Amino acid sequence: MTLGNKLNSADAMGSKSWAVELRGISKRFPGVIANHDVELSVERASIHAIVGENGAGKSTLMKILYGLHQPDEGTITVNGVEHRFRSPGDAIASGIGMVHQHFMLADNLTVLENIILGFEPTRRGVLALGEARRSVSKIAASVGTNIDLDLKVSELGVGQRQRVEILKVLYRGANILILDEPTAVLVPQEVDELFINLRQLVTQGATVLFISHKLDEVLAVSDRITVMRHGTTVATVVPSEVDRLTLAELMVGSDLPAPTARVIAIGKNERLVVRDLTLIVEGKKSPVQNVSFAVYEGEIVGIAGVEGNGQFELCAAILGLEKSTGVVEVCGRDMTHSSTRERLDAGIAYIPFDRHREGLMLNSSLWENALLGREERFSHALLINRSAAKQACREIIERFDVMTPSETVPAFVLSGGNQQKLVVGRSLSVGPSVLIAAHPTRGIDVGAQAAIWDEIRIARDNGMAVLLVSADLEEILALSDRILIIFDGRISAELAPEDADPQILGTFMTGGRVSLLTMVKPAVGVSAAQDL
Amino acid sequence: MKSGSLRNAFSGARSSLVALGSSIGGIFIALIICAGLLLITGKDPLRAYSKILETGLDGQKLLEMLKRATPLMLSATAVAVGFKLNLFNIGVEGQYLFAALIAAEMGTHVSLPAPVHVAFILLVAMVAGAAWASIAALLKVVRGVNEVISTIMLNFIALSFIQWLFENFFRDDSDGGLNVKTTVLARSARMPDLVAGRLNAMFLVALLVVAVYWVVIFKSRFGFQLRASGLNPNAARTSGIPAKRMAVTALLISGSIAGLVAMPYVLGEAFAYGPNATPTQLGFAGIAVALLGRNHPVGIIGAALLFGFLDSTSAELQLSGVPSSIVKVIQAIIVLTVVIVNEASMRMFNKRTAERTAAKLKTASFPI
Repeated sequence: MTLGNKLNSADAMGSKSWAVELRGISKRFPGVIANHDVELSVERASIHAIVGENGAGKSTLMKILYGLHQPDEGTITVNGVEHRFRSPGDAIASGIGMVHQHFMLADNLTVLENIILGFEPTRRGVLALGEARRSVSKIAASVGTNIDLDLKVSELGVGQRQRVEILKVLYRGANILILDEPTAVLVPQEVDELFINLRQLVTQGATVLFISHKLDEVLAVSDRITVMRHGTTVATVVPSEVDRLTLAELMVGSDLPAPTARVIAIGKNERLVVRDLTLIVEGKKSPVQNVSFAVYEGEIVGIAGVEGNGQFELCAAILGLEKSTGVVEVCGRDMTHSSTRERLDAGIAYIPFDRHREGLMLNSSLWENALLGREERFSHALLINRSAAKQACREIIERFDVMTPSETVPAFVLSGGNQQKLVVGRSLSVGPSVLIAAHPTRGIDVGAQAAIWDEIRIARDNGMAVLLVSADLEEILALSDRILIIFDGRISAELAPEDADPQILGTFMTGGRVSLLTMVKPAVGVSAAQDL
Repeated sequence: MKSGSLRNAFSGARSSLVALGSSIGGIFIALIICAGLLLITGKDPLRAYSKILETGLDGQKLLEMLKRATPLMLSATAVAVGFKLNLFNIGVEGQYLFAALIAAEMGTHVSLPAPVHVAFILLVAMVAGAAWASIAALLKVVRGVNEVISTIMLNFIALSFIQWLFENFFRDDSDGGLNVKTTVLARSARMPDLVAGRLNAMFLVALLVVAVYWVVIFKSRFGFQLRASGLNPNAARTSGIPAKRMAVTALLISGSIAGLVAMPYVLGEAFAYGPNATPTQLGFAGIAVALLGRNHPVGIIGAALLFGFLDSTSAELQLSGVPSSIVKVIQAIIVLTVVIVNEASMRMFNKRTAERTAAKLKTASFPI
């Protein structure tokens, strides 16, 4: 507990005073893992971190606390009073504010205008800007930020924008702040500043809850850490009592599957070769730098990494969706200068990261979705052969157990897991030589996950080369014959699955040696991050 | 998935019915709103509406309706091709006027037998329309200029450019400068009349264009790729559909259809291009018709006929004391209400479809 905490000393609720208590929270979505039996107690005037892998249910839990989702079971208690939040408005009214990962600011308005937007003080119907300025300045000073309130948001950097978001939440009267992966978008010195600001907020009685999967920063700044895995809370620890290895083990779980024995040996032919691949971007650091690897016939190469370390861009570059330098070979053919369609025709199939963004036309029928990317196979004399396309879709539905009344329903009626099965089925049904599978089982239930894993294994045994990109270590270990670790746009390690344990993977994936608040000068931090 | 009745229950026909029903509902709402407006201005709405029906349903006026619907169908189809790719071609106006001038002029420089001459001029018009649209297409793919802005700007440039070309090169001087037209086309270049003096065969050409639009956009491989690129650009790109090529092709097709918009006048009435003999604003009316018709071929024909019907009555309304501008007001309000009612009912329909499917999947046992 921080000293000089007025709120805490004034509290008379017994030995501990909880700002937030979640008891037995469960939330179910059709076919999707969400939350079950969540227990979380957040001490008042503290920084409380929630860590866990992607899909562990952290964001869902925070959305429940912020009133965006309503829990199926369980209770939410804020400052000793039980609440039932029907909307974020209810949560805001009881002092909870949320800073989203993707900022929601109006670029063309000034900092001041953005902060007061929606809660503008008025005097006889006229905007009282002077009054607003005074109260915002007061809040800014108390946090220790000296941001120019008259700058336009479009002129601000990412770190400053985040500061504006925090001020906005405070201006609305929040004393419990939820930050969804606040450091994901920041450079190291901005991270330091953010935590200095947050610490100052806490000394004034505010409570900070933040989501992260960067273990070092969590250990450095939090008062308590709650670990989530598979939709539930597994442990709450104090940083002084744990180290990063223990934390990594808690995150991943000790019951990692043993790599399954292969029946068929890996072939000798290189199916996908990537050499010195570097994305061309203007004006900033390339998200993918000098990446080289090969995937052999009948082999699954897993690329493990925390999201945002260049996986997405790497896939885009291999597919020819982004401009890059370096060489891409598919089945021995140099495809470096080929279009996306030519690369797909050469034998690549792609399961995209986000089925809604890159995979499906949600308002179109299933058979049209199944046709996407295969339209040349199902057309005759330039016209689409509808009956053949529908038949092909029915085959995917049968083989992959897509739960749907028919192939003519629009894609949005399916549950996430069934949508994903359709996308996976579409990719595998073309009989690719190379499969790039990005998070092939993200956000779907265990049954669907097992089915998709089996299909990928079967295709591998038939000689398909697979590049598996996933942030889910369980998935990486369950499928891969070889594991590459991507960090900060580079391949930082190569491991055999037998040698990989959660500690080693966790260390490489979270950037190992970078320690945050201990850095003396920001400049050192930047070079340290790049040296990895 | 084994059940035939379930399969049929969710076919696309249902959503078409919802679209049609909500459109008709929207038109009625629009008529009620307009009645309110008429009442406020002290006119009798019932009299105005009965006058519109009375004059419009006359046999000759029905021909007038078809005639007026002809350029609207073409213009709306041109706009709809762009809409299918989320491209907003506001430049149909400039494209068709430019095409009208070029085609009318080129037509006087060749002598060909009748059907070939007409076909030649139509072809020139399509090429000229596409050529003007290609400027916006190039700006879009090379420099990333938004087509809304470039096509609006190009409309202004087109108007001035056409005037300059016309005054300096293409105007027929043979009559001592009294003519405000290009040289009159030879007889072989005249579009035959379906009903003498009332309706020419461009009406059939327009129907043909809508039919071709239907086949190309809804049945062909290219059309599938175009619609996919419009429905989810990221998914289309990821599956190897070239985004830039789609944008260029869509704008060129749109421009070539736009090139035909003024042909009913050039080939059927004035037999020349002239600033006063070639109606303007049809490009903008086409946007409204395409919106009203939801970019669907049947919808476009229906919306064009409705607009044509209302337009055909406007002259006589004035004579009987009902302000003819009420026709424009009705048209505008219909577009707004139909778009809103359509959107709202489609959302409700989609939500219900999702709920019903979920419920059916829960009760029915599916083989796993």
